[in-house]
Order: sequence, then C-alpha cells, then structure tokens
Amino acid sequence: MGEAMYELRYEEPATLDAAIGLITAEAGDVRILSGGTDVLVQMHCDMIEPALLVNIKNIGEMRSIEKDRGGYRIGAAVTGMELVNHPDFGNDWPGILDGVRLIGSIQVKGRATVAGNLCNASPAADSVPPLMTAGAIAHVVGPNGARDIPVTAFTTGPGQTALEKGEIVVSFSLPERAPRSGDAYLRFTPRTEMDIAVVGVAINLTLDDGGTCTDALVALGAVAEKALMVDAAGAALVGTKLDDTAMQNLAAAASAACRPIDDKRGTKEYRIKVAGVLARRAAAIAATRAGA
Amino acid sequence: MKKTHVSTTVNGDDVDFLCEPTQTLLDVLRDELQMTGTKEGCATGDCGACSVTLDGTLVCSCLVLGLEAAGKKIETIEGMANGDELHPLQRKFIEHVALQCGICTPGLLVAARSLLEVNPDPTEDEVRLWLAGNLCRCTGYHNVVEAVMDAALEMRGA
Ligand SMILES: Cc1cc2nc3c(=O)[nH]c(=O)nc-3n(C[C@@H](O)[C@@H](O)[C@H](O)COP(=O)(O)OP(=O)(O)OC[C@H]3O[C@@H](n4cnc5c(N)ncnc54)[C@H](O)[C@@H]3O)c2cc1C
Ligand code: FES
Ligand code: FES
Repeated sequence: MGEAMYELRYEEPATLDAAIGLITAEAGDVRILSGGTDVLVQMHCDMIEPALLVNIKNIGEMRSIEKDRGGYRIGAAVTGMELVNHPDFGNDWPGILDGVRLIGSIQVKGRATVAGNLCNASPAADSVPPLMTAGAIAHVVGPNGARDIPVTAFTTGPGQTALEKGEIVVSFSLPERAPRSGDAYLRFTPRTEMDIAVVGVAINLTLDDGGTCTDALVALGAVAEKALMVDAAGAALVGTKLDDTAMQNLAAAASAACRPIDDKRGTKEYRIKVAGVLARRAAAIAATRAGA
Repeated sequence: MKKTHVSTTVNGDDVDFLCEPTQTLLDVLRDELQMTGTKEGCATGDCGACSVTLDGTLVCSCLVLGLEAAGKKIETIEGMANGDELHPLQRKFIEHVALQCGICTPGLLVAARSLLEVNPDPTEDEVRLWLAGNLCRCTGYHNVVEAVMDAALEMRGA
C-alpha cells in the first residue's frame, strides 16, 4: 500500500455528527474504517481506492457493550475479542459467539467488528446467520436521520447492503432471551481454522417445560448470494420434541433452500448435502443450550 | 502524499514518526523506525508474521494504519528480551528447536507471550487455537507448541 499513487485522506472524528459531516462533504469514494480487516486488505489488493477513510473507533457511543433490559446494545466499533472476553455475552448468545469466534485468527478478531462483518456483506460472513436468527436490529444514522434495519433485511447481495449513501451503522441490538431458548452456529470449512465457510448454519430455538419446541429460526450462510432465513426449516421443528423425523424434515428443508455455487471449496451437491447435516447438528447444540 | 506527524509509544519508549495515510503500522515499524524484527509475510492478515500488541491487544500490524498508532502503546519483538537476557519463550524456542528459517518466529513469540498473559496455564489445544493465525512453513508446529507449553510451565514457577 505504501506505493499507492492516488491521494488518500484519513480522518478520525470524535462524534457521529462529525463523521456524517465528513462523509457527506466528500465527493469521492468514502470508506468507513472500523477494524480495517476487510478495508485494508481490499486497499492492499487494489480492489478499492477510497478518497477518504473515516475511522469510527474514536466515537464513544460506538465502543460500548450495554445490557439493555435483558437484551444487548453493541456499538459498531466493538471488536470480536471484546465480545469473546465479555463476561455474559457468550452465555446469553452462544450462537452469535460461535460465529464471532470463527472470524479469522485471534489477531484478526482483535480488530474485526461484527458491524464490519455485516457491512462488508460477504455471503460467507460468519456472524451474520446467527445475528439473523437472534432477531438483531442494526441502528443506522445518515444525512437524513436515524433508522433501524433488521439484520434479516440488511444484506441485499454480495457486497451490497440496504445502507443508503452516507449511512453508518452505529450499533446493533439483540432482544431479551426467552426462557429455555438457545442458539448455535456451525460452519463447514476444508481447514479447521482460518478458512471461508462452505456452508454455515445458525439456529435459535425455544422449548417449553415439556421439551416441545415452540419457536425456531434457521439461517444459512454461504449457500446463496447472501445469508438466507429458511422459514420452512424452522417450521419443521416447531411443535416437535426434536425427534428423528423432525430433524430429518429440518435437514431436508435446509438443503432445499440452498442455491449455492460450485467452487474449489465445494461443489453444489456437496454444499446442499452438508447444509442438511450441519442443520441437524446445530439444532442439537441449540437444544442442549436451551436446557433440553 | 501528505505526511502526518504521529507520536506513540513502542516498547515503552516515546517515538515520533512521519507517516502517509496509506502506510500500515508494519510499514512504519520497518521502514520509518528501522525496527525490522516484525516481519511481513502477506500484508493481508493471513500469516501473523507481523504480530504486535496494540494497547495490549494482539493484532496484525499489516492491518493497522500507521496513523491509527497515535497515542497507543505498541509492543514488538524488539521489546521481548531484557537486554541480553532472553524471555523464557525465546529460550524455550531455541531449546526445543522451534524454528528453522525464522521468518515466522517473531510473530509466534509475540502471539505466544500475549496468550500467556491472559492464560498462564493453557492446554495444548488452547495453544494451537491461539496460534492458528501464525503460519509456519518449516517446523510443522509441533516443536513450537512444545516450546510454548514448556515456557508456560517455567513461567508459572512449577
Ligand atoms: C485473515 C483473515 C481471515 C478472515 N476470516 C474470516 C472468517 O473466517 N469469517 C468471516 O466471516 N470473516 C473473516 N474475515 C473477514 C472479517 O475479518 C471481516 O469481515 C470483519 O468482520 C469486518 O469488520 P471490520 O471491523 O474489520 O471492518 P472494516 O474492514 O473496517 O469494514 C468492512 C466494510 O464495512 C464497512 N463498514 C464497517 N463498519 C461500518 C459501519 N459501522 N457502518 C457502515 N459501514 C461500515 C466498511 O466501509 C467496509 O466496506 C477474515 C479477515 C482476514 C483478514
Ligand atoms: S504480514 Fe501481516 S498477517 Fe501476514
Ligand atoms: S521457521 Fe520458517 S516459517 Fe516458521
């Protein structure tokens, strides 16, 4: 990057208003610099040549993790390691933490943020499926004010999001956990560490006192142009005690929803098959965490 | 391109440098501060050869801008030995022959030190997981893991 031939401006505003002002005033390509684990790699590989980088890590409200009436409000600049090291977060949302733990190495997680993982909009982003099944909401601010975007509607395609020009994700919030509920995220990769998901499956489910599933949400990553919510897969579990038939129906619904690509990491058929297998395993883990 | 003046702390010393917005902390350490102990393997976060700590957090210095170092505390491999006295991890790497070409070694040592700070008594699996972001083309990792486990044992005073 040292030998770049174009002019790059770098700013580190202390307030959100100042950040929006800088972004709005710049005519060229603007990139928000959060952990930089996508932005700096993309600059190094000459995939992007921004005119302005706006570092958001000095904006106080974007750095905190708050427990908010039983749920959470997590600042957009909170790093993966800050979530891993949080005393309660992993107990409340173990499936989201499963996804966060898979984002690169310890070094990468020391910088990478979940908001950046979402905004980069890779179909294989590991924190996105569990955020979707958790019902996470992104709080966004831009030149035209503030709005909320459910994570399920955030990614619109590879590298594409629902953000309008100049909009920043300030934080995202997670609802209060229902009693006897649990979530899990599993991915399959050719290598055990430091690899990109071939398939990722997130499940968040709730059981009643008798062990019957009353609610289940299922999301798949890396098997389409963006992470998918699969309503039929969740419906296969609701009303059951997660018996063999229910698990088979879950796997079939998960596989049926895949529309993957063939690449060096896995063929279409393989991804479709693995999605079903992982869905069953993730459901079993989520059920154990829910206290089944 | 416009250079900005940056003041920071490296291994406990106050340091000033001039930096362009495109330079990474790795570029600054090696090219502006002549601290070449920190290595570049990939410049894309994959290999861990450039590992340093930034305000105590283990990071890849190739994924941090030099300008982001302002006012921070940076620890590099150069700060690991105490004068002529090697850090226990450095001694154990030599004892266990945990290096061959050595290009990955500074990054592995910095990463291992950071692990032992948060977890003085790691299991072998925990060592392997923590060091998964440090690639080594020579050793096959076995001796590296042994050296880290042995250094941890010594540092616990066992
Ligand atoms: C070696 C390596 C391995 C990796 N492995 C994995 C993996 O296994 N799984 C995985 O999912 N990811 C992986 N990643 C990618 C992962 O680190 C990133 O997706 C990360 O989560 C992005 O967060 P960041 O804070 O670094 O974002 P940045 O790089 O700072 O930003 C990413 C994008 O989002 C935009 N952006 C960031 N924050 C905001 C905001 N608040 N509002 C609006 N836009 C914003 C930026 O402008 C940019 O376009 C890996 C990366 C590396 C370098
Ligand atoms: S040079 Fe930074 S990770 Fe390879
Ligand atoms: S000793 Fe050569 S790469 Fe590790």
